[in-house]
Amino acid sequence: MGEEGTKRLGPVAANLRVVAALGLRSVKQTFRRPQLMAPIIVFPTLLLAIQTGGAGSAVDLPGFPAVDSFLQFMIAGAMAQSVMLAGNSGGIALAVDIEMGFTDRLFAAPISRFTIVLGRLAGTAALGTFAAVWFLVIAFIFGAPIETGVAGALWAIVLVTLTATAVGGIGAAIALRSGSASVVQGLFPLVLVLLFLSSAFFPQELMVEPAKTIAKYNPLSLIVDGLRDPIISEFSASEAAAALLSVAGIGLLGLVLSAAALRRRLRTGG
Amino acid sequence: MGGWRENLATIRALLARAKNEILRVPGAAIPGVLAPTIFYLGLNGVFGNLIELRGFDTDSYTSYIIPVSLLQGAGFTGAATGVNMARDIEQGWFDRLAVSPSPRWVLLAGSVISASLRSLIPATVLLCVAMAIGADFPGPAGLAVAIVLVMGMAAFAACWGSMLALHYRSQAVAPLMQAGMFLIILTTTAYAPLDLLQGWLHTVAEINPITQVIDAARQGFVGEVTWSETWPALLIVAGLISLLGSLALRELRRLAA
Repeated sequence: MGEEGTKRLGPVAANLRVVAALGLRSVKQTFRRPQLMAPIIVFPTLLLAIQTGGAGSAVDLPGFPAVDSFLQFMIAGAMAQSVMLAGNSGGIALAVDIEMGFTDRLFAAPISRFTIVLGRLAGTAALGTFAAVWFLVIAFIFGAPIETGVAGALWAIVLVTLTATAVGGIGAAIALRSGSASVVQGLFPLVLVLLFLSSAFFPQELMVEPAKTIAKYNPLSLIVDGLRDPIISEFSASEAAAALLSVAGIGLLGLVLSAAALRRRLRTGG
Repeated sequence: MGGWRENLATIRALLARAKNEILRVPGAAIPGVLAPTIFYLGLNGVFGNLIELRGFDTDSYTSYIIPVSLLQGAGFTGAATGVNMARDIEQGWFDRLAVSPSPRWVLLAGSVISASLRSLIPATVLLCVAMAIGADFPGPAGLAVAIVLVMGMAAFAACWGSMLALHYRSQAVAPLMQAGMFLIILTTTAYAPLDLLQGWLHTVAEINPITQVIDAARQGFVGEVTWSETWPALLIVAGLISLLGSLALRELRRLAA
């Protein structure tokens, strides 16, 4: 590689270093603050345990998919809940950075502005990976098999990580646009609505109207179904493609909104 | 007697402060109302068909689950009181209260009673939503029992939140306040009757005293109200308030020492 090549790679490597440093900071921040960690791991785990015991008899309902146990069915839903809340928590943390002036200091630094957002997303992605591994370990410990084995587990980790990044983009966009942690925190109920109106916690065909119809068209259902299939039965190319398309759509939306919000913040200063 | 008048005046002042918080920042009350309402509607939409299982003693999941959401709303409201107290401690406002000549129990009573009254806001919204989507009206006796238990649950949750706020003196403990309420309410017959609960949850629900409270609050919605089902729940709520209230008071004395 010549001198010109090194120069050309220089800014890229510098930006990657910034993204890695900010991503690491975001992960450390989450592990140090219980109010950021609780929604990502504690609440989904508690809800998983309670719903498995409380609604576990549902596997006897006519039309319920053939599963080893209700826990096996619910693992994908718990992962989905965790990444949705990870995106929300990432947005809250970014908004706190804006409120406390940390982001202004980054804006003044000689780095690409978008690395600030990418750094946050890298942290959210890492938390997504952690959540996927966490719930796979829970499945393993409590005897819920992953029907497609190691390949299915790896697929779950990849899909959950991508989903966390995509959802994190939406959270980052709202944080950049509002600059207020309480506004982003106020989206928590909306996250719950999206989860309940999807097939995260129950088969869509067995839900009650109007939730049943809404869940059919909710992109989150497509992601959960793509995640669940390899866990409870086998890989389905069409389900996997639909899940990836949904993630890509959400990711693109987050990217466009974040870019617009970032431009506005840099132009108006608030 | 004069002491009692002063104590009542202090409690009234603390209640007025809590009321002002609602009036001046109405948005702050929205999550406490929205979260249980969304949970209620969500659980109905998702698990509504569970009533098809043999062992369910009702044909309306909408009616079956409403007491759970009422108590959840009360639990979140009470826990929020703890978060507010932690904020007051962090900002130094509570120090000013602590140096006042009021007895410690009066300072705690102000927060606990305000939580109890505030819990009527989510309860009213939830009952309206429930009736609108077809839950059975519990009748005057059923409604009265449910409301008394909701207010009692909020007082218990406020004692729990206050105890944690006074011990840790930081808002960072907020998730523990909410998770505690979340756990104690949902590890009961919240989703289904005891016989349909599985594994560890069946065992925990049997020994969790809040199971009795939920079953008592549920009476009017899915059947008849009986005194034999009501008094144990009232006793349990009173016992929990006394226990957690004493612990919170101990923490308050430590803080002021």
